[in-house]
Amino acid sequence: MSTATETIESLVKQEYKYGFVTDVESESTPPGLSEETIRFISAKKNEPTWLTDWRIKAFRYWQKMPEPTWQFVKYPPIDFQDISYFSQPKPNANAPKSLDEVDPKLLETYEKLGIPLRERSRLAGVAVDAIFDSVSVGTTYREELAKKGIIFCSFSEAVHQHPDLVKKYLGSVVPYTDNYYAALNSAVFTDGSFCYIPKGVRCPMELSTYFRINAAKSGQFERTLIVADDGASVSYLEGCTAPMRDENQLHAAVVELVALDHAQIKYSTVQNWYPGDENGVGGIYNFVTKRGLCKGKGAHITWTQVETGSAITWKYPSCVLLGEGSKGEFYSVAVVNNMQQADTGTKMIHIGKNTTSTIVSKGISAGRGQNSYRGLVEIRKSAENARNFSQCDSMLIGAKCGAHTFPYIEVKNTTASVEHEASTSKIGEDQIFYCNARGIETQDAVNMIVNGFCKEVFKELPMEFAVEAQKLLGVSLEGSVG
Amino acid sequence: MSKQPILEINNLHAGVENKKILKGFSLTINAGEVHALMGLNGSGKSTLAAILAGRDGYEVTEGSVKYFGKDLLELDPEERAREGLFLAFQYPVEIPGVNSTYFLKAALNEIRKHHGLQELDAIEFLNLVKDKIKLLDLNEDLLKRSVNEGFSGGEKKRAEIFQMAVLEPKLAILDETDSGLDIDALKIVSSGVNKLKRPDSAQLVITHYQRLLNYIIPDFVHVMADGRIVKSGGKELALELEANGYEAILKG
Repeated sequence: MSTATETIESLVKQEYKYGFVTDVESESTPPGLSEETIRFISAKKNEPTWLTDWRIKAFRYWQKMPEPTWQFVKYPPIDFQDISYFSQPKPNANAPKSLDEVDPKLLETYEKLGIPLRERSRLAGVAVDAIFDSVSVGTTYREELAKKGIIFCSFSEAVHQHPDLVKKYLGSVVPYTDNYYAALNSAVFTDGSFCYIPKGVRCPMELSTYFRINAAKSGQFERTLIVADDGASVSYLEGCTAPMRDENQLHAAVVELVALDHAQIKYSTVQNWYPGDENGVGGIYNFVTKRGLCKGKGAHITWTQVETGSAITWKYPSCVLLGEGSKGEFYSVAVVNNMQQADTGTKMIHIGKNTTSTIVSKGISAGRGQNSYRGLVEIRKSAENARNFSQCDSMLIGAKCGAHTFPYIEVKNTTASVEHEASTSKIGEDQIFYCNARGIETQDAVNMIVNGFCKEVFKELPMEFAVEAQKLLGVSLEGSVG
Repeated sequence: MSKQPILEINNLHAGVENKKILKGFSLTINAGEVHALMGLNGSGKSTLAAILAGRDGYEVTEGSVKYFGKDLLELDPEERAREGLFLAFQYPVEIPGVNSTYFLKAALNEIRKHHGLQELDAIEFLNLVKDKIKLLDLNEDLLKRSVNEGFSGGEKKRAEIFQMAVLEPKLAILDETDSGLDIDALKIVSSGVNKLKRPDSAQLVITHYQRLLNYIIPDFVHVMADGRIVKSGGKELALELEANGYEAILKG
């Protein structure tokens, strides 16, 4: 093997920066899953009966479901009885009244992660809901947002303060019958973020949820629900990290978006869960269901994801294009390195007339990583003049990784126009040498080449996060090339 | 004042995986000189260029290469570039999504950093680039595109010379820059190269055909065969080669 290839491979090796554990006393349920566990969680949150019942129905349904096997990822069977379904930092005798009263250790954790929550040092222009294990520890800028009628709070609070909205929309996009992990989530979800943008309001700042798994042996099951009423618009970002642990931890979330007439939701994810070590020990199983419903005319939903972490990433942020003239977009960068696996993509379901969708997927495989794009474009009979454009590009770094593409296209209306383009390229030693010969060292060259490859996706991210994503990509691939 | 040697290659033997390609190659290039290296395909011209630029996969078994008195072969390719060595590639690669201006600015700033100079910001760099564009009579549109992506063969070669103009190397190696160029492109590329000639730098022009040397006038012409120089002379040697062919020279 030439030294160039060795360098490529050594470049992907880089320590995970967010692997620390916060030493905080936490209160966890013992591992195990039964109706009792669910009733316990529901009681802990003081939930209304309708929600407890919904959870139980979901659980009973889940028990009858077979585990899916069609995905192109491999993992040992998950023992659902060996997971703790509820873990929260031990609350003070008096629950904190404001963020500045939250346990300093927790605030410190978020500061270390670059998400300061304290009043003085908050991120300008970004409201954050911080989720730590099973609970929300605080939400910034709530009052400012409330002045515009925007609701942004933890899911648990929303259940109590805005029950009508929650009842109306919970499960309306992803019913608990949808799939195995969505059913599990519906039964055991603990917290998450809730957001409602009223009619005609453009949300004046980025909204963001930051997920952190801390406790060992626990899973994180959160639910996010975002509703944009007629003519409303919002840009939302989620970030995720976890400590380095030898065991695999399950993160099975559900995200539901509802966009009414001419509403616009832009949902961006920068996923950096602990990916496991170079031999594939540990890391998060990121099994998530994300779906947006373009319910109204001219509604517009954009998913942008940068997936660099997790041992396994398995998700398909999708759009159901029901409203006439509605629009769905999916922009994705998925990176696998070392032993990471990803099976990700999207579903665009065209139901309404004149609906359009765009898919741009960039898969990067390094180390012994396996990266699959799986996407469905479905044009139903009712979808006159529907249009789709898909572009799936894969890049291979080194000789031991894999890239796979599974496109599914179902067209039931002859007026549809569907285009699919795909390419696979290998990061060339030639490209790297060309950069070297211009004075640019190998690591910088790889970053430059990979960032160039992902450019179309990064330009969809909010400015500050685009810069973050580029850096993250550099870190994820450090040690991968030559 | 005696001329300063920039490159001194002495009895260089090198090859790939048990195949010897260079067999006792020697050449000295001084400041202010333009050397043409000619030879048939397979004579080892491009191997020499690759070894000088530091491409992986070649093994040097004997001999030495000095660059400004230092052992060139000890340096990584990026260090050679920062020290002023420039290779105009025979087949420049495409780097999709990486803006040409951004790429070239990164390259220039690496060189500047290496010499303890302040890095240029975007505006300073653009001003510099605009001057060079005019010098070479290139289309500014080139700067907005990704590195070599979708460029025609001629555009790629011109872009290489443009990079050379911006980076101002001490030693420029042009590896068959004329191949695949029509006569107009050849003229543009050659006039660019001629304009970049300076008393403190040197050029090594590698070519298969004499026609490039109608536009770039070399001080020395070397004919290479089987891994070493078999004949050296002035520019008239190129004409002799054109008239009588390689056969005659190699036999003679």
